[in-house]
Amino acid sequence: MSPDVLLLSRLQFAANISFHILFPTITIALGWYLLYFRLRHVQTRAATWEQTCYFWTKVFALSFALGVVSGIVMSFQFGTNWPGFMQRAGDIAGPLLGYEVLTAFFLEASFLGIMLFGRERVPPAMHLAATFFVAAGTTLSAFWILSLNSWMQTPAGYEVVDGRLLPVDWFAIVFNPSFPYRFAHVLLASFLTASFLILGLSAWQVLKRVDTIGTHHALRAALAVVAVAAPLQVFVGDMHGLNTLEHQPAKIAAIEGIWERQRGAPLTLFGLPDEATGSTRYALEIPRLASLILTHDLDGELAGIADFPGAHPPVAPVFFAFRVMVGVGGLMLLVAALGAWQAWRQRGNARLALPQSFLWLLAGMSFSGWLATLAGWYVTEIGRQPFIVYGQLRIAEVVTTLPARYVGSTLAAYVVVYGLLLITYVGVLKYMAEHPAQRPTGAATGAEFGKAGV
Amino acid sequence: MFGMTWAEWLPLLFLGVMGLALLVYVVLDGYDLGVGLLLPAASDAEKDTMIASIGPFWDANETWLVLGVGVLLVAFPMAHSIVLQALYLPVAVMLIGLILRGVAFDFRVKAPPRYQPFWNRAFFAGSLLAASAQGWMLGHYVTGFESGVLGHAFALGVALTLPAAYCLLGAGWLIMKCERDLQRRAVGWARRFLWPMALGLAAISVATPLVSPTVVAKWFTLPNFFALLPVPLVSALALLTVRWVSTHPALIEAGHGWLVFAATVLIFVLAFFGLAYSIFPNIVIGRMTLWEAAIGTASLNIVFVGVALTLPVIIAYTCYMYRVFWGKARALTYG
Repeated sequence: MSPDVLLLSRLQFAANISFHILFPTITIALGWYLLYFRLRHVQTRAATWEQTCYFWTKVFALSFALGVVSGIVMSFQFGTNWPGFMQRAGDIAGPLLGYEVLTAFFLEASFLGIMLFGRERVPPAMHLAATFFVAAGTTLSAFWILSLNSWMQTPAGYEVVDGRLLPVDWFAIVFNPSFPYRFAHVLLASFLTASFLILGLSAWQVLKRVDTIGTHHALRAALAVVAVAAPLQVFVGDMHGLNTLEHQPAKIAAIEGIWERQRGAPLTLFGLPDEATGSTRYALEIPRLASLILTHDLDGELAGIADFPGAHPPVAPVFFAFRVMVGVGGLMLLVAALGAWQAWRQRGNARLALPQSFLWLLAGMSFSGWLATLAGWYVTEIGRQPFIVYGQLRIAEVVTTLPARYVGSTLAAYVVVYGLLLITYVGVLKYMAEHPAQRPTGAATGAEFGKAGV
Repeated sequence: MFGMTWAEWLPLLFLGVMGLALLVYVVLDGYDLGVGLLLPAASDAEKDTMIASIGPFWDANETWLVLGVGVLLVAFPMAHSIVLQALYLPVAVMLIGLILRGVAFDFRVKAPPRYQPFWNRAFFAGSLLAASAQGWMLGHYVTGFESGVLGHAFALGVALTLPAAYCLLGAGWLIMKCERDLQRRAVGWARRFLWPMALGLAAISVATPLVSPTVVAKWFTLPNFFALLPVPLVSALALLTVRWVSTHPALIEAGHGWLVFAATVLIFVLAFFGLAYSIFPNIVIGRMTLWEAAIGTASLNIVFVGVALTLPVIIAYTCYMYRVFWGKARALTYG
């Protein structure tokens, strides 16, 4: 194994999983939004809710397709990039992945067709049920994959036999120590990501004067969700951090930029971590605050990077990614408070009149959820290094033995394709927002065939 | 065989599940990919109808691939890493093909209209990449990843045959799902792709014993030879059925068009059986049996419970979905 192959394999896996996560992070929560929109439509019979359903179903279909195709790549890359992982931890990782496919993938994929195209072919209750199954399927999929991911961070319920990690207690494996926090954190992240996408595209429609009452239904729903989800995320994020301190102190040391074990550690707002000298240059610090946040004691003791020789993550990427995540989260909280206040003041109006500058801010934050989600993932995944299963299995032990040129050339191909798709996806969302079509009624024929709705 | 313990049975059951998943995948995504391959031969309006005929299904169809590879990964991780590392480059080609095809479904109608021709071509190109790469992988796998000239020639032969077989399957699907002109064109496509596929299958059947001595032992000894004779005979009969139906428009008019699809599926099933028989009990030919490749019994038991409980449900709602969209393809409109 050459270091090149390790680096290239990691880059390739990171490129694929970073691209993939963008779409589930939208569709997990958007599925529940669609169920809500559909329920409101069934309840009110109002054409305005029909508009909301129609537009966001199209966005869902597009996002789901990108999630599916990039997810298939993931199912192959466990074996191609990390063959040793499945050989040594496969007895635990395998069943968790298996349950994801069996309980979640088929559910969402089979009922997706009925949800998208089957409204005139099934009874209304069945159509609602199909929408529910799709939303439940995406959430269940997140449950299993986050259970495995959390187990890799905080392994539990296993024994080591001849270098293989074998299951002992499946309940302890599935509900390992970091899982409940991570699951809650990621679901909230999904709701924030989908909500800011809804807010952003709807604001764009208002700015372009192509908004309908349906647009304002979506705006109000998303503002209500962020008003709850944004503050809740701060709370859950804090609990997740405390859990990490307990189980992965090296990750916390990298996040906070703490080099040596100390009492009353300051909170570093910003700076340039330098691993060579073991210091943070130009550090802007608030005395004792890190200890207060993490130990709830001004004099609390925190471990430093120096306590984990050869077993700590690279400091700079974790340090910066964490600040990006928290920064975007803070902005979201502010926008959520302002927006919710506006929506509350105008609660009787059909149209929500928002200041021009605020609409621009919302439009600008359409993809802010992506930024925060990716940054958060980098914190937790890079923060696990140099291990693939924390404390048990190092990533260098399990990497592929393929020649570097294979890994490099396919990495280049994936990056080109994903770049093209990302640009197209964002462009198409903008185009769809600016050209909102009405749902065609009755059976389309002739030239309209197939073009009408999809 | 009946003296086997549960620990020996389990890997066999998982092999069965994996085989079933891959066969179902090849048939279901086969017709999808076939329709994609036929796309350039159709007018713009026909393209819309063709894609509408597979729109509600393709995602669920692809999930069978995830299940097949998932079982390989979960139950036979040792084989998974050998096979997928040996097939690393064609796997990447297939995945990029499936990505292009999958996103083209949405982009071709949601992007500004001037890009539609581009995404139509991407739909075709993706289908072609995926189908050929799958053929190449199958061929390379059957030779035990033989890297000589003969091995590559064999893989190339399969890489050319499988897309032709998918085209026939796709044409059969369109005959069932379309009407009037498009149905007539689909019948023409079925006639055109029948012979390349038949020729390819025959060539592969002759060549397989040449590249694999174990296949000779399994097929060309008595009494196996006679017991297995129905496989090529029924395949030939199925080919003749496709030929017969696709050259008699009156049969199509009378509603027997489904025979083209059914007979093609039968050929796929028989070819699959022939292949499985040739390889068994190896999972990596010449290197590893399924028992050597399987994970521990405790973990297999856990997954087996899941498979036993969910697979019947999955099959049930897959059937339900096909029933909902039964009949001729209509324009797709979001709910």
